[in-house]
Amino acid sequence: MKKHTNLVLALLLSFGMTSWAQQTPADTQSEAITITGATAHIGDGTVVENCTIVFEDGKITALGTGESTKGLVIDASGKHVYPGFIAPVKELGLIEVNAVRASDDSDEIGEMIPHIRSLIAYNAESKVVESMRPNGVLMAQITPKGGRISGTSSIVQFDAWNWEDAAVKVDDGIHLSWPSSFRRGRWWLGEPRGLKPNKNYQKQVTEVETFLQNSIAYGKGTSKELNPAFAAMQGVFKGSQILYVYADGEKEIIDGITLAKNSGVKSVVLVGGYHAYKVTDFLKENEVPVLVQFTHNTPNFEDDDYDLPYKLPKLLSDAGLLVAIQNGEASNFQTRNLPFYAGQVVGQGLDKEKAVQMLTGNTAKILGIDATHGTLAVGKSATLFVSQGDALDMRTNQLTHAFIDGRSISLETHQTQLWKRYSEKYEGK
Amino acid sequence: MKTKLLCLAILWCGSTLFAQDYFPENDGVKSKNNNYTAFTNAKIYVTPTQVIDGGTLLIQNGKVKQVGKTVTLPKNTVVIDTKGHSIYPSFIDVYSKFGVEQTKRPSGGGRSQQYDAARQGFYWNDHIMPENAAIAKFKYDDKKAKELRDAGFGVVNSHIHDGIVRGTGVLVALNGSGDDSNRILDDTSAQYLSFTRSLIKRQAYPSSLMGSMALLRQMYADAKWYAAGNSDTKDRSLEALNKNKGLVQIFEAKDKGHALRADKIGDANGIQYAILGGGNEYERIADIKGTNAKFILPVNFPDAYDVSDPIAANYVNLKDMRKWNQAPANPKIMADNGVSFSFTLYDLKSPSKFKAKLMKAIKYGLPKTKALEALTTVPASILGKSGTIGSLQAGRQANFLITSGDIFDKNTTLYENWVQGHKNVINDKSQKDIRGTYDLSAGGMTYQMSITGEVSKPKIEIKQDTNKLKSKISYKNDWVALSFATDKGEKNYRMTGLVSNATDNLKGKLTLPNGNETTFSALKTAGQTADKKDAKKADNAPVVLATTFPNLAYGFKTQPKAETILFKNATVWTSEEEGILEKTDVLIKNGKIAKIGINLSAGNATVVDALGKHLTAGVIDEHTHIAALAINEGGHNSTAEVKMEDVVDNEDIDIYRQLAGGVTSAQLLHGSANPIGGRSAILKLKWGASPEDMIFTNSPKFIKFALGENVKQSNWGSGNRFPQTRMGVEQVFMNYFQRGKEYDIKKKSGQPFRYDEEMEVIAEILNGERFISCHSYVQSEINMMMKVAEHFNFRVNTFTHILEGYKVADKMAKHGVGAGTFSDWWAYKYEVNDAIPYNAAIMHKQGVTVAINSDDGEMARRLNQEAAKTIKYGGTSELEAWKMVTINPAKLLHIDNRVGSIKVGKDADVVLWSDHPLSIYAKAEKTIIEGTTYFDLEKDQQMRAAIKQERTQLINMMLKEKAGGGKTQGPKMSKKERMTCES
Repeated sequence: MKKHTNLVLALLLSFGMTSWAQQTPADTQSEAITITGATAHIGDGTVVENCTIVFEDGKITALGTGESTKGLVIDASGKHVYPGFIAPVKELGLIEVNAVRASDDSDEIGEMIPHIRSLIAYNAESKVVESMRPNGVLMAQITPKGGRISGTSSIVQFDAWNWEDAAVKVDDGIHLSWPSSFRRGRWWLGEPRGLKPNKNYQKQVTEVETFLQNSIAYGKGTSKELNPAFAAMQGVFKGSQILYVYADGEKEIIDGITLAKNSGVKSVVLVGGYHAYKVTDFLKENEVPVLVQFTHNTPNFEDDDYDLPYKLPKLLSDAGLLVAIQNGEASNFQTRNLPFYAGQVVGQGLDKEKAVQMLTGNTAKILGIDATHGTLAVGKSATLFVSQGDALDMRTNQLTHAFIDGRSISLETHQTQLWKRYSEKYEGK
Repeated sequence: MKTKLLCLAILWCGSTLFAQDYFPENDGVKSKNNNYTAFTNAKIYVTPTQVIDGGTLLIQNGKVKQVGKTVTLPKNTVVIDTKGHSIYPSFIDVYSKFGVEQTKRPSGGGRSQQYDAARQGFYWNDHIMPENAAIAKFKYDDKKAKELRDAGFGVVNSHIHDGIVRGTGVLVALNGSGDDSNRILDDTSAQYLSFTRSLIKRQAYPSSLMGSMALLRQMYADAKWYAAGNSDTKDRSLEALNKNKGLVQIFEAKDKGHALRADKIGDANGIQYAILGGGNEYERIADIKGTNAKFILPVNFPDAYDVSDPIAANYVNLKDMRKWNQAPANPKIMADNGVSFSFTLYDLKSPSKFKAKLMKAIKYGLPKTKALEALTTVPASILGKSGTIGSLQAGRQANFLITSGDIFDKNTTLYENWVQGHKNVINDKSQKDIRGTYDLSAGGMTYQMSITGEVSKPKIEIKQDTNKLKSKISYKNDWVALSFATDKGEKNYRMTGLVSNATDNLKGKLTLPNGNETTFSALKTAGQTADKKDAKKADNAPVVLATTFPNLAYGFKTQPKAETILFKNATVWTSEEEGILEKTDVLIKNGKIAKIGINLSAGNATVVDALGKHLTAGVIDEHTHIAALAINEGGHNSTAEVKMEDVVDNEDIDIYRQLAGGVTSAQLLHGSANPIGGRSAILKLKWGASPEDMIFTNSPKFIKFALGENVKQSNWGSGNRFPQTRMGVEQVFMNYFQRGKEYDIKKKSGQPFRYDEEMEVIAEILNGERFISCHSYVQSEINMMMKVAEHFNFRVNTFTHILEGYKVADKMAKHGVGAGTFSDWWAYKYEVNDAIPYNAAIMHKQGVTVAINSDDGEMARRLNQEAAKTIKYGGTSELEAWKMVTINPAKLLHIDNRVGSIKVGKDADVVLWSDHPLSIYAKAEKTIIEGTTYFDLEKDQQMRAAIKQERTQLINMMLKEKAGGGKTQGPKMSKKERMTCES
């Protein structure tokens, strides 16, 4: 039996070596590139028609109508340019195939393990990661999952030889999965399925509180003995790292944010926020942005509006909150549908450019990388793509070019190669 | 002293009345008590409808000798005057666990799966245990018997509540002083069945509701076959089953739908089950009535939810709030509809809770006569024991209750519960009612005293002018003891006296605060007056909210009807050769598409201005798992005998949500736990209709097959079920088809054969009568499946998922198989490594009929968008993309003559979209099936408002209930499991 498993592993490994290789990363931008005639979706809610965009050495150097061209010119008349879409709170590159345990590096043992760092496990050569690019998703926040405090994330771009090259922002944030005041019935013990009050909620909250207090105390002390978990928390108190609080219920949101703020966490982001629309005043008061759950979800409550998940980002945005869309709870491969999650909100009446913002400018602002990424602006990274049409609609999301830091990246993938191989097989007949 | 006498009397009675005649006597000489006992001047409920005022009940040797207005009493009669009292037959519970040792859920687990039977010489399935006998596990339980008697029960019927067939039960009189020789009324009282597998038997099959149903069908067929002497081996289960055939058959359904499921199985086998209900029968009362079954109803009406925390209250679904409000009316509705039912204590925490629940049912309109029938004559008749128990006609057992009055009145006291002629005192009936108001003279002062509460447990209030004094009363064995204190509790007055029948006044000894002894007297000034609060409460008839179809949020108040509708100037996506027709009118009438054209006259049609909007055929999902109570029967590697049609759930909110996404039809498939799965249900998503009405009429026959990791149990399971490899999967098919072929030949030859539902289905496939939808991923297995089919001269109808179909698309086209695939799923398991979103486009180009399916309750809401992905991935044209969710799946399901396109004569299953239907921005505005609008964007808005209003109303009602001291339960959310292939 054991032999059997080993064989499978060996096969997996050998298979991996031969055909799991990613597209070769593009060379550093060596000459200036100009995109002309495009409808440029800036990512800050505005759009520039007939736009010329020039980038050199990986950075945008000119943008506007009537800017002069430089270097290689790409005629994008009738086409659309967007900043690269950013996927927050994902396990991309940490899980390759969900059901193959050997390919899963997303969830370490332990309840409070902020010292667990995603970056070093990030597989820059993941086939799933490369499949993001033809849809315009060019960056992600790679995030450990599981437990109460799952670890420390890092932000990467999707065209690199290794994790070190991929890193855009190292150890950007800590992820706290807030306890739930309701829990599922243990149906295998004969309890009804569905939710009932979690009797341990307050105890679990206290555990978080105690951990935060200890982290603060540790930071003030002069102990020579390292406590890796407490040490890893210091950034959120200093303001160099963001604390991401995952919560969906009204009580959980209020409890989580309040505790974080009271503990002196400088920068808090709410992740999930199914019921955030019921506590928008509270979130505004506390200046908490929301990484809202993706729209392609069914309502959590039977009595809810059928389209509540579709319109949730709009409800939060209309209330004046800073909102970006994430699909942390979906399988990795689904993240290439990020543009369509935003498109879905447009169907609910949200302004299209605001929807784009929820994948670009807002996301960068929330993740704290807006100085360099997220919008098309002079001085920012030339991480952007050209689409034949509206990138939020699957019919017209057709990429002709994509750039990461000005490098012209391949839009081929394992999947396009198979497509071409088998198309040729049949055409050759 | 009195008590002692009573005890003696019991002992004496016991040794004479109940000793078996032919037993030797070594503790004395034989003596027999043939005396009569008469209860005179009582209001006697001989039956719930035959009531004698001032009658006499004459009993002897544990039986009723005579009952009537005038009864001549033999000389050796002990006469008990029961003037002013009522006598009822004592209650019967058909569905008890009394005295029978029950199985317990074993703790722990994690052992390997067991597929074979654990027993030898019994049926092949361990959950079928007709040979079980409750009597073998019976031990009379004195303590429980007393609890039951205190609640008014005289006879209970008990069995082992475990397994699918549970064997025989035992009918027991709660006669504490007799022994099993007289209290066991029947040791094979009935046979019991359920859909629930045994808690302790580990055999994996059946693992689902539909598996239990198939197992019961097969079991009945096998029993017949066995009875005809066809078996070479001995099967003690089937022998027991055949032996129990003549008994009453009682089925534990615990739900309206399960009741109908059970009744259908009964009907097919000539059996009328009596059915343990679930309290929600009112939701489908007409169908329940149609079963002609007698029901056994629990009274465990739900407590109100504690909704005082508004955040937590959000977790309670409208459906569950309604259940709290509506369920107490279930018995009334059953009675109104002429459904015969008995009550049971089943699922009540304690018999002591019974009366309050019963009173609630009466408050909600259940006539008292029906309530009494449900406790006496009906349970007796369910058990076929009307000649022995359940009434007080001559010859019946002397099981009766003596009460102070109407047994269904809150203030009535139950005095005695006689079982088999044996007296059990619950409350002393000779105890005088001393309730009322008095002038109390004590220590030279006069106080106002009022005594209220129950006769045997009175409450007291003593006032000095307007000052309430701290006071106490106890009243036992005709002695009353009173005390009160004045001067802030400093000065205590203690009194006691014997209550006399001669006067209503009280008097006796008084000990003063200073220790001196003297006397007190209390002059009665008035009798007990009715409790004003109670009277006020009774006036408030409960408000019961209307049920909807189905009975949850977004249900219809009345079932919607087909309309004549004219869509004007729509952009019509025909899914036919005509392609897209601009500014075209479509008339739907009598549930069909009547006309397509320009400037059609409206006639009496409702006109819908569809200018700028898009009208399409309804979306068809080739692969769904919504609207089901179960998905996988994973207990065997082949389960062709199970049917998804058996487990359609018409109350799944996902039906409504998918209508909101333009879906009108779907194939409800079995899961992919085994190579040969179960038979499909092809549904129209008629929200509010019954499960039967959702199933396509003359539905084509389909079955689910599956290949790959799931059937090999690669990602779970214990590794001890065949097959574990794709090589084994092939052999499962080869073996089953060969056996199916041989079975069919034998059957057609006229030789005797054992009916095998599974083989019947396999034979249908071989004969081209049933089509396969085969869950498949990698090219090797796809190719294999086609070769197996070709070997047996049929073709595979559909490969579903088929993510590597693009690698063998040419072979598929040649075989003639269609494909239902995901638009862009991959990387979730090893076998989908090479899955590509270009799959649909490539297969389509090779001439394969391609549909985009969901296998997912969320994605199904957006199949239009999923179809649009084939444009992005592989450049499929918009027209062809749209066909992949309309006419193509219709073709795959052999329903394209009815649905899938906009064509005159086809079913009017259409969707009006706000925008280009393949656009991410499009919304379904109206979804219509057979001319009936099941989803309408505007009505949806109205329903949202109505839900909010109704929730508020119910929450207020529950808050009031709580404030009034009603019991509550913590907020909870019932939730369905969202199912996929792997559920």
